[in-house]
Amino acid sequence: MSVLVFIECADGKVKKSSFEAAFYGQQVAASLGTHAVAVAVGEVATEELKSLGGYGISRVLVDEEPRLKDYVSQAYTKVVAAATEKENATVIVLSNTNIGAGIGARLAARLQASYAANVVALPEVSGNSLKVKKSVFSGKAFAEETLTAAIKIIAVKKNSLEVKEPVSGEAAIESFSTALTDSDLTGAPQETIRATGDVLLTEADIVVSGGRGLRGPENWHLIEDLAKALGAATACSKPVADVGWRPHHEHVGQTGITISPNLYIAVGISGAIQHLAGVNSSKVIVVINKDPEAPFFKAADYGIVGDVFEVVPKLIEEAKALAK
Amino acid sequence: MKILVCISNVPDTTTKISFSPDNKELNTAGVQFVINPYDEYALTRAIELKENQGGTVTVLNVGLPDTEANIRKALAIGADDAIRVNAKPTDAFFVAQQIAYYAKEGAYDLILMGKESVDYNGFQVHGMVAELLGWPAIVPAIKLDVSGTTATLEREIEGGKEIVPVNLPLVASAQQPMSEPRIPNMRGIMTARTKPLKVVEPISVEVKTKTEAYSLPEKKSGVKLIDPANAGELITLLRNEAKVI
Ligand SMILES: Cc1cc2nc3c(=O)[nH]c(=O)nc-3n(C[C@H](O)[C@H](O)[C@H](O)COP(=O)(O)OP(=O)(O)OC[C@H]3O[C@@H](n4cnc5c(N)ncnc54)[C@H](O)[C@@H]3O)c2cc1C
Repeated sequence: MSVLVFIECADGKVKKSSFEAAFYGQQVAASLGTHAVAVAVGEVATEELKSLGGYGISRVLVDEEPRLKDYVSQAYTKVVAAATEKENATVIVLSNTNIGAGIGARLAARLQASYAANVVALPEVSGNSLKVKKSVFSGKAFAEETLTAAIKIIAVKKNSLEVKEPVSGEAAIESFSTALTDSDLTGAPQETIRATGDVLLTEADIVVSGGRGLRGPENWHLIEDLAKALGAATACSKPVADVGWRPHHEHVGQTGITISPNLYIAVGISGAIQHLAGVNSSKVIVVINKDPEAPFFKAADYGIVGDVFEVVPKLIEEAKALAK
Repeated sequence: MKILVCISNVPDTTTKISFSPDNKELNTAGVQFVINPYDEYALTRAIELKENQGGTVTVLNVGLPDTEANIRKALAIGADDAIRVNAKPTDAFFVAQQIAYYAKEGAYDLILMGKESVDYNGFQVHGMVAELLGWPAIVPAIKLDVSGTTATLEREIEGGKEIVPVNLPLVASAQQPMSEPRIPNMRGIMTARTKPLKVVEPISVEVKTKTEAYSLPEKKSGVKLIDPANAGELITLLRNEAKVI
């Protein structure tokens, strides 16, 4: 018996969300009286993987097959399934990202496992089943769910648990390989188009987001400059993406991306229920809106009733001063 | 090309969520149910593909008779026929098994659905269906074109996208801006009444997850307002009081 953690890497680095998954996996292993092992796929930096030891991971299995450089759901699923079998894992932990959840779903069908996505807390263990708490209704509620199958898969929502500072210790790296067929690799990307240099929205601790109150793309430098001064990612409301002021992948909300950063700063956004649905699990919410009746103030921790064109430059100035 | 579009029936996006006194069920009194918004992107794209290159669009819903209003709406928007698997959608794996079973029967070339439902946010039915059928799943897809037996998709990744060419059959899940959802017109609504809606019984599936109870997030303690004239003070508070920067 063991707990297996799937580690996601980008640009040779372990994603922050995967450190969270590792920490989560280790905690689950401790409560089950067993150990946590990790599996990583594709192009990976050994030093980064070793550092998983600081989160309680004793060993990391790495499949460096070159054809696994880019994510293909069938192939990655096959690797994680093989690792599950090798390690006799009864719990698999991954992060609730496009990739993690994509693998989680396939694995659940393949291994006839119980699968819970969007999990926000450590499970309660009772006998052979685990009870998990999940975020549902686009962040408007939680559900407690019991997982009863022999294998349980948990996709952990980002920023949902306090990860303890890593201790010293290195994970042992073991190479691992899985036989793949061509059909496992169908659907490999031909080309990747990536916005460079930005803080990734889904990984960000701080997000600065703009709505229709910005009036047009020509004013977006206000959002970008504030984000830059705070080391934040940028986001937007749906109508802003719909009219093309901002790319779609910045659209947060019920029909966009769901995020849960430590700090969400909403600038010129009304706070319609569909927008809130995607951001209301942020730890601290700041709202800047000239309308004191804007619904967003009800969900906010801090607010400024004022014109974005007057308020935001002051914030940028102050944040820059602080950064110095 | 035969396309299967899976739709789920979800509370309207403006719904304030509440539960029964024992916290075991969603309180549906006064709640309007709609086609899951992401599924609407899938549905409209399927109809566009059919209009451009022929074929059929079948919609499938796993649900009790009360979902038929939304199935008819999908037919009014332009689907050709519909299947309702007569069962309460208890969990994603149950739903995925039903879809995979009836998809096999219908020999579809493409299965399209939304990337997630806005009620349980599982983001998983597509992956499960694809695995059960042994097909690739391109998730979440923001663009989909088909030419002959090859599809070209754009898959959203964090901070960018990938171009993915792949042979049919496949499963894809839709996300904006895959298409612009349509509102059914009068003619569509009239013809929808005569389109076939087949009701089938579910296959039996072993339960693997059980929802015990629901709860609501804790209420915020209230907003602390800062004078816009001293806006900079906010930054100090975020650092020293909230400790988030
Ligand atoms: C099915 C469905 C799904 C949806 N999904 C989403 C979703 O995922 N995400 C999403 O965001 N929306 C979503 N919406 C849309 C949502 O209902 C709102 O229409 C949208 O969030 C409003 O965006 P906004 O606040 O930027 O614009 P508006 O509603 O136009 O609000 C602009 C705000 O800016 C303020 N403002 C204007 N000028 C200034 C100024 N100079 N200084 C300060 N403040 C100013 C105004 O007071 C106002 O509150 C969805 C809607 C539907 C029907």
